[in-house]
Amino acid sequence: MRVGLISAIAGPRRGAREGAASVDEDSELVTRLRAGDEQAFVQLVSRHHAAMLRLASSFVSSPAVAEEVVQDTWLGVLRGIDGFAGRSSFRTWLLRILVNRARSTGVREHRSVAVGDAGPVVDRSRFDASGAWMSPPQHWIEDSEDRMQAQALAGQIQKTLSELPTRQREVVVLRDVDGLSSHEVCEVLEISDANQRVLLHRGRSHLRQALEAEMNRA
Amino acid sequence: MSIFSRNDELVCQEVVELVTDYLEGTLSRSQRRRLEAHLAACEHCSEYLEQMRTTIRLTGRLQAEDLTPEMRDEFTAIYRRWRSEED
Repeated sequence: MRVGLISAIAGPRRGAREGAASVDEDSELVTRLRAGDEQAFVQLVSRHHAAMLRLASSFVSSPAVAEEVVQDTWLGVLRGIDGFAGRSSFRTWLLRILVNRARSTGVREHRSVAVGDAGPVVDRSRFDASGAWMSPPQHWIEDSEDRMQAQALAGQIQKTLSELPTRQREVVVLRDVDGLSSHEVCEVLEISDANQRVLLHRGRSHLRQALEAEMNRA
Repeated sequence: MSIFSRNDELVCQEVVELVTDYLEGTLSRSQRRRLEAHLAACEHCSEYLEQMRTTIRLTGRLQAEDLTPEMRDEFTAIYRRWRSEED
C-alpha cells in the first residue's frame, strides 16, 4: 500500500480548510453512516484520510504503523459513532481519537533530530549588538512562487517538517497543511493556546529558515 | 505612552520573535502598535514578515495522496467486517 506522507504539491488547496459547508457535509455523512450507509463511511475516510495519515506519521516513524493507527481509529469511529454527541466538529473528534490511539498503543517514538528546540529563532550572529539586522533576509519571495522553484521548495519543506521536533511538526501540519484553527489544534493535541503558539512560531521559523537557505543556494 | 520613546522601540531581534503572535492576532494593542511602527521603518523586518507569510502559504500547498482504489476497497472491507461483527 502506498503511504506517502506528503507527496505532491498543488496549486489551490482542495477543501482542506474547513468551511461551514465542509462541516455540514461531514454532519450529513455522519447521519448517513449512523443509518448504516457504507458509502458514507468510505466518503468520510476519503475526506479525512490524508490529514489523519499526516498526523499519525508524526507519532510513528514507520508508514505501516501510521496506517495501522489510522485504520484502528476508523474502527473506533464505527464503534463510537452512536455516542458522538456533536459537541465538537466531527473532524476534531476524529483527530482526538487518532491522537489517543497513537499515544495509548505506545507507538510514540522520539523522532526529533537536527533542529534544536531552544534559543532564538534567528541566529544571534545575524544581528549587531543593538539587535538590528546585520545580515538581513534577502528578497526571494517572487522567485519562490516560480513553478520550477516550487518543486524543489516543496521537497525542502517536507524534509524540514520531518526533522522538526514532534510537537512542532504536529502543530505546523495541523495548522498550515490541514488548515485547522488554533482552537481545533489545542483540542486535538490537548495543549494550551499559548503552547500552541510557541510551537507554531518555532516550527514556522525553522521552515522559513530552510526556505531561505534553499533560495540562497539557488 | 508614545511609541517613539526610546525605551519602547522594538529592535529587529525582538521583532522576529513576535511575528507569529502578530500574525495570530494575539498581541496587545500597544504591542501591535510598536511592532507596526517598527515594520513601517524597517525594510528588513518587513521582508522577514513577508517571508513568514510566504512560508505559511507554501507549506499550505503540500498535499497528501488521495485515497487509492485499493485503499477504498480496504476501508469498505473494514466497514463490512465491523457490520458483520455488530449483527
